[in-house]
Amino acid sequence: MIEVSPSFYTEKHCEVKGMSGLTRMFKKEWPLHIMLLPGLIIVLIFSYIPMAGIMMAFQKYMPNKGLFGSPFIGMKNFRLLMEYPDIGQIFFNTIFIAVMKIIAGLIVPITIAILLNELRKEWVKRTFQTLVYLPHFLSWVLLSGILIDILSPSSGILNQVLGLFGIKPIFFLGSNSWFPYVMVLSDVWKEFGFGTIVYLAALTNINPSLYEAAQIDGASRIKQIFHITLPGMMPIIILMLTLSIGNVLNAGFDQIFNMYSPPVYESADIIDTFVYRMGIQQAQFGFATAVGLLKSVVSFILISCSYVLAYRVANYRIF
Amino acid sequence: MPNHSSWSRKVFLVFNFIFLAFISLLCLMPIIHILAISFSSGNAAAAGKVTLWPVDFTTAAYDNVFGKPEYLRAFWVSIKRVVLGTSISMLLTIVTAYPLSKDTSQFRLRTWYAWVFVFTILFSGGLVPMYLTVKSLGMLDSIWALVLPGAVPVFNVILLLNFYRNLPKELEESSRIDGASHFTTLWKIYVPLSLPALATTGLFTIVGHWNSWFDGILYMNHPENYPLQSFLQSIIIKNDFRFLKAENVELMIKLSDRTSKAAQIFVAAFPILIVYPFLQRFFIKGIVMGSVKE
Repeated sequence: MIEVSPSFYTEKHCEVKGMSGLTRMFKKEWPLHIMLLPGLIIVLIFSYIPMAGIMMAFQKYMPNKGLFGSPFIGMKNFRLLMEYPDIGQIFFNTIFIAVMKIIAGLIVPITIAILLNELRKEWVKRTFQTLVYLPHFLSWVLLSGILIDILSPSSGILNQVLGLFGIKPIFFLGSNSWFPYVMVLSDVWKEFGFGTIVYLAALTNINPSLYEAAQIDGASRIKQIFHITLPGMMPIIILMLTLSIGNVLNAGFDQIFNMYSPPVYESADIIDTFVYRMGIQQAQFGFATAVGLLKSVVSFILISCSYVLAYRVANYRIF
Repeated sequence: MPNHSSWSRKVFLVFNFIFLAFISLLCLMPIIHILAISFSSGNAAAAGKVTLWPVDFTTAAYDNVFGKPEYLRAFWVSIKRVVLGTSISMLLTIVTAYPLSKDTSQFRLRTWYAWVFVFTILFSGGLVPMYLTVKSLGMLDSIWALVLPGAVPVFNVILLLNFYRNLPKELEESSRIDGASHFTTLWKIYVPLSLPALATTGLFTIVGHWNSWFDGILYMNHPENYPLQSFLQSIIIKNDFRFLKAENVELMIKLSDRTSKAAQIFVAAFPILIVYPFLQRFFIKGIVMGSVKE
């Protein structure tokens, strides 16, 4: 891990010859360690100490006895989890919603990026781009407030428009058959504009002479898209797909928490909302931690795999 | 372009323009709809007469919102957390990214340290241990609970360290030869040169702080300590929707003050609507640099 480059043996090092390697290293590098110190303290307190709290998953946690006083009960919390009647449905909802979001979140931005790239006036392109990013910057609290209003079965504008075509009001957020799809659609609506940024960048990197050559050969515009544009974007598409593997258990807590209600728990309850209700609202700390731990471990494996894959396939490195 | 005058090409361009214009409006119209409702009279809004233009124009909803001390207090908490949180985060991002951008030849523990930070985005203790940690530090109901837990945004650190690595090495070498310390080099050379990347990360930190709501709900026992988004979450969403049965929901939505909800949403969205178009150039550059590397 520690490489010694030729620049290591410069005069600076000769001065401090005679000292042990560690002292020498410290003499030269201490400002860098000092710079990292504040960040390390923050991360230690707010990321690594909570990791120690994972012990609770194996305890019958009692707030008055604390982490070190509560009795250990082995895997009992996990056994409880397996016996919990809705747990299968909750895992299914999570994966179902998350996977649909991943797929739609890949196809829509790519399509829009290709279409935006066909626009010829730069200012038109930029105006459209600015408009489609807009929802990305608003929180799910605000967007949920807006969507609840728009989708309301009694006075919502969408149901009024549907009424013009003779369609009876639909309670989009109160119906188990609609809810997951509303989540996917509204998530795509919020994020697709932002997703186009990376693909548009990839499009501008495609060598223009390829298109010129294709035109001389008489290839139609559609053919050019399928034989030049898409292959040119392939590396970045594969990279984004690989990285999204890590999100298979992230169905979107902020969004669902702000739009679901008990009547749609059957189709809407995901791992994160379940952990919140169990852990914070019902104070079943040990049980909720166990559920959360299961999710963290699976996510960790998925993200690690996706990074390894991205490195192998696209030579992508995080740092 | 020999093809550009062909008939089918022209048809495509027109349809493409219309389609993209429609998609763009789809992103804008919900906001305009809410804006129109907020400036309409309560009756017109409740009767569902408002589409994209106010009916019976009135600013009553805004008078109502700005007359509510709770709303203004929440707004103030949000401003405080944005200012405090962004300054701390940016400082930590700058200072953390610099050592991590060094080669292992210059900083031998660099890779080891980098993994300490990266591991925190791969794995977390989860909601309950996090809550209990903040609680045992005595930070419940304090602004620090909203600022410190996320004070090192690891993604931003990675974005910035990749930016630092792309700067010419000679700059750093020459300043070091002139006797500048690491701190001076960072402050006098790296920071001024990385302004586009700092603008990007700064924008995302500001927007992130402005938009977070869950930490407010989680760590604040008293609603008067809620930042704006947590306040709106409990007013607009929780009260009227989540704890009601399906039949009552419709009734409640009819009865509740639709225009004042719309006004509250719009006021909370307004700062972002103002800021983001101007920073577009920076954030596009920053995202592309941070995410697409060869």
